[in-house]
Amino acid sequence: MLKYILPLILFIVMAVFLAIGLNLKPNDIPSPLLDKPAPSFTAPKLQAPQEKLSTSDLKGQVWLFNVWASWCVSCRAEHPVLNGLAQHKAVTLIGLNYKDDPAAAQGWLGSLGNPYTISIMDQDGRIGLDWGVYGVPETFVMDKKGIVRYKHTGPVTVDDVQQIFLPLIAKLQAEAP
Amino acid sequence: MKRGLLIFCLLFLPLAAHAIDARQFADPKQQEAYDTLTAQLRCLVCQNQTIADSNAELAADLRRQVYEMLAKGQSKEEIIQFMTDRYGDFVLYKPPFTAKTGLLWLGPAGFLLLGLLGVFWVIRQKKAAADPASGQAEKLAKIRRLLDEGDAS
Repeated sequence: MLKYILPLILFIVMAVFLAIGLNLKPNDIPSPLLDKPAPSFTAPKLQAPQEKLSTSDLKGQVWLFNVWASWCVSCRAEHPVLNGLAQHKAVTLIGLNYKDDPAAAQGWLGSLGNPYTISIMDQDGRIGLDWGVYGVPETFVMDKKGIVRYKHTGPVTVDDVQQIFLPLIAKLQAEAP
Repeated sequence: MKRGLLIFCLLFLPLAAHAIDARQFADPKQQEAYDTLTAQLRCLVCQNQTIADSNAELAADLRRQVYEMLAKGQSKEEIIQFMTDRYGDFVLYKPPFTAKTGLLWLGPAGFLLLGLLGVFWVIRQKKAAADPASGQAEKLAKIRRLLDEGDAS
């Protein structure tokens, strides 16, 4: 009897493993930054290059850090979602304009709308490297103490905003600074 | 003939030129460190390539970072620490042995052991079946049973 059942069992085991393999997302690499202090930066603002923004300016606020670029196709899909999120006025949204041409970036914000409280420039990708950015768009959520609490790789969808971001932001806003 | 040879050689030119923006160090030790590090770090965009092999922009940024850190006199360990702090163990082609990567390291040996056990089990089964002594005993038992049945009728 075992002789006939064994191949079936082997087949089922293999099928389960293959099914798991099919549903893995090898592009989702867990960030080692989670629950650690956000990497610090001081960078020129996209829309006022003579002014700079530092991580220390954001102490005491819950903030989102969204990595974007005008050359990034998925960012275009994500952009209306961010515009929608900005309308909730629930959080400070900082943009990292990653390896982009400032003129192209400003044109993008002009034509598609600007959801960001402030965008900073990272033309040579050094801030991105410090944050472990390997694909654009990426979105980080920081609490009032400046600790990274969540990282999202790839474009944020409307469902992500409703189910993950807004509840998390509400929770972090309720925490003591 | 000569022309054919020249064309043949030219065909292989791209192979010789494959090293992407090779950087030069004055110190051969640093050069060696740079070559081993870039061959050990994974490009996270094109995940099956090292940053030495990859043409992706991220790989170029990571190579620049390695170069700058080496030029500043930082050690290999410091650079690997810097990379894993930002990108996790995934950035290493040779991940450290931890609870999380244990299966990765021990899995192949485990499967080999399992396979060997299976082979031994099968061999023992076959041997037992082919064993003339056990076969004979079985036959004798059958003969005895048949004889008994014959007696009974």
